[in-house]
Formats: sequence, C-alpha cells, structure tokens
Amino acid sequence: MIAFLIQTLRIATPYLFAAAGGIISERAGIIALTLEGFMLTGAFCAALGSYYTGSPWVGILAGAAGGVLAALLHALATIRYRADQVVVGIAMNLLAVGVTRFFLRLAFDSSSNSPRIPGFGGGQVGSGVFSSLANPLVWFGILCMIGVGWMLFRTPFGLRVRAAGEKPEAALSVGVPVRRVRWLAVALSGASAALGGAYLALDQHQFTDGMTAGRGFIALAAVIFGKWDPKRVTIACLLFAAAETMQIRLQSLQLVPSQFVEMIPYVLTIVALAGVVGRAVQPAALGKAVD
Amino acid sequence: MTPPSVDRPGSDRGARVRVAFEESILPPLVALVIAAVVGDILIIIFGQSPGDVYRQLLEGTWGNAYGFGQVIYKATTLTFTGLAVALGIRAGLFNIGAESQLASGGFLAALVGLAMPSGMPAVLAVPACLVAAAVGGGVVGAVPGALKARFGASEVIVTIMLNFVVLALLNYIVAAHIHVSETLHTPEIRAGALPRLAAAFPMFSGAAANTTFLLALATAAVVWWYLFRTRPGYELRAVGLQPDAAEYGGVRVGGVWAKTMVLSGVLAGLGGLNYVLGYKHYYEEGFGTGTGFLGIAVALVGRNHPVGVVIAALLFATLSQGGLAVNALVPKQMVDVLTAVVIIAVATAVPEVRRALAAARTSGIGNRESGIGTAPGPIDSQFPIPDSRP
Repeated sequence: MIAFLIQTLRIATPYLFAAAGGIISERAGIIALTLEGFMLTGAFCAALGSYYTGSPWVGILAGAAGGVLAALLHALATIRYRADQVVVGIAMNLLAVGVTRFFLRLAFDSSSNSPRIPGFGGGQVGSGVFSSLANPLVWFGILCMIGVGWMLFRTPFGLRVRAAGEKPEAALSVGVPVRRVRWLAVALSGASAALGGAYLALDQHQFTDGMTAGRGFIALAAVIFGKWDPKRVTIACLLFAAAETMQIRLQSLQLVPSQFVEMIPYVLTIVALAGVVGRAVQPAALGKAVD
Repeated sequence: MTPPSVDRPGSDRGARVRVAFEESILPPLVALVIAAVVGDILIIIFGQSPGDVYRQLLEGTWGNAYGFGQVIYKATTLTFTGLAVALGIRAGLFNIGAESQLASGGFLAALVGLAMPSGMPAVLAVPACLVAAAVGGGVVGAVPGALKARFGASEVIVTIMLNFVVLALLNYIVAAHIHVSETLHTPEIRAGALPRLAAAFPMFSGAAANTTFLLALATAAVVWWYLFRTRPGYELRAVGLQPDAAEYGGVRVGGVWAKTMVLSGVLAGLGGLNYVLGYKHYYEEGFGTGTGFLGIAVALVGRNHPVGVVIAALLFATLSQGGLAVNALVPKQMVDVLTAVVIIAVATAVPEVRRALAAARTSGIGNRESGIGTAPGPIDSQFPIPDSRP
C-alpha cells in the first residue's frame, strides 16, 4: 500500500509541476497547450546541464532556464504580437520536438538518447520504491502546487493574474499592466512545466527523444478536470497517476487493456467540459489577446 | 470586428489585387524568409554550408522522379488534413483532431477493404472504402462538433483529448484483434487498392505517390465550390466571420458548428485512403503521425483557401521529404524546427503585417485586426479595449 502511494506520487510529480504551470498560464488568460513542449525543453536542458557540470542541481536550474526561454518565445508571439494562442501553442510543441532532436544530434551525436547523466536516486526503472523519495524534485512538485495556490489567492500578484484572465479590460482600467502580468505568468508556467520535464530526465538519468510522451497534455487535462483550482487539480493529478500505477501493478493480471487506462484522463476531461457532472468553466478571457 | 481588409473599393481592380497580395501572399513570404534565416543558422551551427544543404534539398525532392513522387504522396495526405483544418477555421472552429480523424478514416477503410471479397470490382470496392473513410473521420469529428454546439465545450480541448482516446482505442483494436502477428498492422486489404503512379509512369517506381492525389485535387475543388458557391458554404463563412450577426441573420450557429466539424472530420478521414488504399494497403498503428498537426501549418500558410492549401501542402511535403534528402549533411530534424518556425512566423506576421499596412494606409478607419487569416471569428476575437495610450 505504501509502495503504491509512493509510486503514485512519483508518477504524479511531473503532472504536478506541469499542471501548476498550466494553472498560472490559463488563469492569466494564456492557453496552456504548450506544457508538453516546455516539459520536453526542460528535460533536455536539464540533461545538458547535468551532463556538462556533473551536478543534477545545475541540471534543475538549466531545465528551468530552458523552459523560461521557450515560454518567453511563446509570450513574444502571443502577447507582444497577439498571434493566435492555439496556433502558436501547437507550433511550440513541434518546435520543442525539433529543437531537442536537433541538439541531441549536435551535442551527443545520437538520434534517440543522451548518455547517462548524473541524477537523483538509483536511476534504474523500478528500482527500490523508497529511493525515489530521495529525489528532491518529488517534494518540490508538491511545494510548487501549494505555492501556486498561495500565490493566486493570497498575493497581490495572484489577484492581478486572475484579473488578467477573467476581465482584462477591467484590470487595465484600474492600472494593472495586463500584458506584463501575462508575460510573467507565462514565464513562470514555462519554468514550472520545465521542472516536470527535468524531473523525468534526472529520475531516469538520461534524456530520451520525446520522453515526455504526452504528459504535458495529461497535465492540461488535469487543469481542466480540476477546474483551474490548485486543490482540485492536485487531486486530478494524483487520480490520473493512481490509475496508471494501478495499471502497471496489475499488468500481469490483464484485467483491463492498458489502452483503456491511458484514455482515463482524456475521457474524464471531455466529460467535464460537456458538463455532465459540474461543468468546467474556463477563465473568461482565456485565449484572448490584449491590446 | 470588421472583415479582414480595410478599404476595399469594389470597383478598383488594382486595389483588390494589392489587398489580395498583402493579405494572402505577403505574410507567408515573410514567414518563409524568417524560416530560411533560422535554417541558415542551424545549418551553420552544424558546420555545413547553407547553399549545399538547400541545393541537396531541392535535388532530393523536385530534382528526380522518385523524390518528386514522394513529395506528391506526402502532399496528398497534407492536402486532406489541410483542407480539414481550413474548413474548420472558415467557420471559426479549430480542429486539432485531424490526427485521429485521419487514423480513424484509414482504419475503417481498411476494415471495409478486408471485409470485401478479393474479386470485388474496383468500381464498387473503391467507393465503399471511400465512404468508410469518410464515416470514420466524420464520426470522430462529430463528437467535438456536437459538444460545442450543445454545451459550448471548447473544440480545441475536446479534439486534442479525443486524439489520445481514439488513437488508444484503435491501437487496442489492432493489437488485440486484427494485427498480423509480430507487426502493428492489419492484414492487407482484399479489394479497393488504388494503383500507384509508377504503374503508368515507370520513372516513379518506388515512390509512394498514387492516384489518391487526384482525389485530393478533386476534393479541394469541391471544398472551394462548397465554400464560395453554395448557400451552406456562405452560412459557414458568415458564422466564422461573425457568429452573432449570422445568428441574427437567421443562421443556426450551433448547427453550422456541428455540421462543419463533421465535414472537417470527413476531409481528414479521406486522407487515410492515401496510405491504406494507395500505399501500403493496410492500416498500421501511427501511419499518419504528425500529418494532422502539419495540416494546421498547411491551412495557415495556405490562408484557408483550397488553392492555397494545395500549394502549402506541396511546400510542407517538400520540406518533409527534403529533410530525408539532406540527412547526411544536417539532422533531418532541422525540418521540424523550420516547420514550427514557419507556423509561428505566419501566425505572428499575419496580424502584424495587416496592422502595419492598415496603419500606413489609413489613419481613420477604426479597424481592429486580429488572428489567423480570414476568420477573425470567436477563436481569436479581441475585445474592444479602449486605447489608453495618448
């Protein structure tokens, strides 16, 4: 049972990071389709940083920096130039795939993975469950989500973020620099999501091509299913992770095909959007540009 | 919200041509120039000469029959997904589900092809597969359309989520029930296969190009006719430009949304024929990976016009095939980067170019320009924020 919980937490960690980023971004009115790309960028930069300095802590910083860089590009296109957020979001994900592959070839002359990098814990897949608790990022993930909740609802900046996402006109009229708030929110979301990617790379002690494997979209599903509320989103992340853990543990029994477990987050999100049980209503100004 | 162009004196043909140029041709050109610069930088980082790489890229695509055949093959699928996305955008809808609609269409076509006896004449078998592909794509497109029309659920999120659901479902069916052992694909279809171009022109031998490309061109023509020469097409565009006004004018906006998503799914679903009937003659897990998303790039660069879509499909197919051609010099992944840069640059350049032109031309007409191309609809509407600057 304890092992089950720990494994769930471990699987949930990247979701928590990325979903925390997703909440900030979407609450500020910028659609978080880019989480996947930010995560992948973060994973790659973390691998680079850790490989060249030998310190996973530098890897964490490098990962976050990479995520911020990608996020700033996204902000430049969507906030400064008011380009369509969905289009640019999709393109950012493609860009992350392309750039990480290109530099994987350039840095490590490989098209599939980096060499082994210093990371946290044992690094073998399925190695001692408890060793994963030695990975500080597991705890940062939870802290990150708590921090976002605190920031959104207990700080002036959080109020401005929510204003930028709900009623930017009103916020502008009382002097809130909406675009600057959005820039900052997107940068924070890039850093947070990138940490989720960094966790993956440092946990597995290498970067592999496309290693985020749709986790950014699961995080987005958690954000929507959790109705943009940090507490509920945390529960959604844990729920999705628990389903995966269950599936991994019961694999040998062949009770449910793995493909059906994969579908759970997405189906739940569609159901939530359709409003069968307590409709998910997005921030009012989500996806809308501000002059 | 005003329609795209600003001062369009209907009688002045020269002005109209100029507007068309500035609206349709200029932004993609600007984007291509930006992409070329980024490409140069990447190539130089990798220690190669841009001239060599671009020469090789052209030689490997348009320079020989095999490469050209591959370009045509890739452009065929991209035309379908590009048309699917473009039709949606014309109605103010963003269909990001072309990826799974394509797979679903290909899957159903393969099922029907498998179910038919091998002696089935092509006049019956091909249309049967065609209908199957249309149904496969249309059903997947219907879900987000219905949810949008009924509950106002964002079609962007629903189509993204549905991609994962549908692909997982198809993977399950193929893996659990009908795959050829040791592979991820179904057995070969018994009827409905389309001839490759190599059958008529031996120089294309080995290339995947097949007669589906004629279907793609015909489909583009039909989409053009539907959009610009029929009443439902007019309603569709009206909904995309200004849903409230369309509703006031008697159009059932929800109905148009639902119908458009089905049609968009049908278009993407037909794209599955290119692989299943034309190329491999079976359905394989992940055969269309990425073409759905590339369809967005195609629609965007093609300015959501069927003719533009065909041209843009050729462009992206050339890039995609060209990546393979230059892989010995620079990583083929460079092409993914360039594709993304083109999308971001077009998405950015369109509103920016238009704003700049409008500002330079007039200083009175209060037009707000926005968003992607010809549909400043709900997907990118901007609010009327009074300009607080002096």
